[in-house]
Amino acid sequence: MPKVNQDKKEQPTKNDREEVELESYNFAGEQSELIPDLRQLDQNDKEQLIMAGVDVNEEGRSGTYVQMNSSKVHCDTCHTGVEVLDIKDALDKYDNLPEYYWQAVSPDKDKYTRAVADNLHGGYFIRTEKGAKIEEPVQSCLFIKKSGLGQNVHNIIVVEEDSELHIITGCTVSQDVEAALHLGVSEIYVKRGGKLTFTMIHNWGEQIEVRPRTVAHVEEDGIFMNNYIMLKAVKSIQLYPTIYLNGDRSIARSNSIIVTPPGSYVNSGSRVVLNGEDSRAEIIARTITTGGTLLNPGHIIGNAVPAKGHLECKGLILEDGTIHAIPELEGNVAGVELSHEAAVGKVDQEEIEYLMARGMDEEEATSTIVRGFLNVDIMGLPPELKASIDKTIEEAGEEMF
Amino acid sequence: MLEVKDLHVNIGDKKVLKGVDLQLDHDETFILFGPNGSGKTSLLMTIMGFGGYEVVQGSIYLNGEDVTHMPIYERARRGIGMSFQRPPTINGLKTRNMVELCAGESEVDVDALAEEVNLQDFLDRDVNSGFSGGELKRSELLQLLAQKPELVLFDEPESGVDLENMALIGKMVRRLLEQDLQPQPDKSMKEQKNQRKTSGLIITHTGHILDYINADRGMVMYNGVLCCAARPRDILEHVREYGYEECVKCLK
Repeated sequence: MPKVNQDKKEQPTKNDREEVELESYNFAGEQSELIPDLRQLDQNDKEQLIMAGVDVNEEGRSGTYVQMNSSKVHCDTCHTGVEVLDIKDALDKYDNLPEYYWQAVSPDKDKYTRAVADNLHGGYFIRTEKGAKIEEPVQSCLFIKKSGLGQNVHNIIVVEEDSELHIITGCTVSQDVEAALHLGVSEIYVKRGGKLTFTMIHNWGEQIEVRPRTVAHVEEDGIFMNNYIMLKAVKSIQLYPTIYLNGDRSIARSNSIIVTPPGSYVNSGSRVVLNGEDSRAEIIARTITTGGTLLNPGHIIGNAVPAKGHLECKGLILEDGTIHAIPELEGNVAGVELSHEAAVGKVDQEEIEYLMARGMDEEEATSTIVRGFLNVDIMGLPPELKASIDKTIEEAGEEMF
Repeated sequence: MLEVKDLHVNIGDKKVLKGVDLQLDHDETFILFGPNGSGKTSLLMTIMGFGGYEVVQGSIYLNGEDVTHMPIYERARRGIGMSFQRPPTINGLKTRNMVELCAGESEVDVDALAEEVNLQDFLDRDVNSGFSGGELKRSELLQLLAQKPELVLFDEPESGVDLENMALIGKMVRRLLEQDLQPQPDKSMKEQKNQRKTSGLIITHTGHILDYINADRGMVMYNGVLCCAARPRDILEHVREYGYEECVKCLK
């Protein structure tokens, strides 16, 4: 008799922490007063926004959209060439946006998209003009201030032909919020020759559940840089943005930096579909667990030739926890070139000893290496945002050791 | 300043050092010769204190203090510095920050130092990431120039280095060992010489480094023991002519 495998461990996707009970949240809608000047926010809230990459002085920003709970509280554009609107206003203004609204994501994808489709609270619509090069980033913030709230958000980004845009989107909660759910649908369209850098920073809390659903379409010669940074505790996150490189010579890069503290459950990955000739994709994930559970799937699908894709997932387990890297490569035509590199482990002893030989004690050496592991240089961020993220990593580093 | 007494070291079950005795004074440079696998690198690694090199007998003293079982960083802080033959890459740590870390509490002009070793363009790159053989050596020297060790452990300064780089590296090792004295108005050369303290323990196969520094003494490491104490140039010539086999006969 062959030995029967008794391991009944459930598949990661069936983990009970993947399912959110929508019934336990209040979706009735919580209207908030407009906040014309973000500096009016109280100190704690301001700090939460800053930790999520939002500049409350709006210096060096081309536009700002802030949603608090279930409605827009702040929206302005200070730059010609880019339009920033509340999604509801945009639907009114542009006849329900038939080219974009629910065109990349299906409302019936799952119960979360269904919930957003049935009861839209807010979100942003950001669109550049053809050929506009917007140097300063547009920032958005989706903020939850009320416990028990279910926040339904639908975002649409359109980067018109030959235009360039950087969006920084910070998602956060007020520190006293006990439990909340964020549902976010994002549909992203990068047109011919357009370039979008999209940097999402999550700064949630221990009792917050988060279910973003993102799909991007990139046309010929378009470039989409997708950055994701998550350094703080969360109850559970499940996100898996999918990028379709439909145009010839289109490029996608997806960079994530994720720290999973004890008690957190994170299922975060990304998928790129290479449909255009000469399209190229790179998915890079740097992950750390200090006790939480992290799933990091990555999937590149090659449907065109020539096309190249590379996937890199590196994980460090600093304290007992789980990192489950799942790199997947799927080539469907002869001549496609896909590769991956995955490693889950510990800080290299040789590197620690090298730094110790320069006078650092073991703890300093380890934290120096970990900070380097989490570095965000490849993301192409504006200097002051990079400085603020470096500071957050520094602080997160102090909590790790 | 350094005293190694009857040092026996194992890596796992393998005996790599079998009773090494070595004394180094201040301002003295000692050259270690020996075939591959003879234990030269193991001796340097053990003096620096790396894990995996288990001292089973004997001891190491630095300026009279027993450092045999001290952690690496304590030895570094007491003045031991090492140039690695194959240093690891530290992703995300800029060479500039590394040099600052090496300087510890003391002030350091990173740009000026980098210019001296011709590494200005590498300061904003990750430590050792994609560096060539010569660049690795210069990066190690840059870090040591900031660290200012009193005892320099140097594992093969010439490995992987082309001729052009060798002159620069030779000059910098000389400087690290404080052998680059220049006439000064307020001090005679002799006074300067009397003040310098830095000692060196250098492994070489080719002996090229001897063209650039003053080396006082040398020995051959063979099968985990030291033998054939002589002037480094004499050892080199002897080994070149007769090989290590002949040299080792004096062990018997």
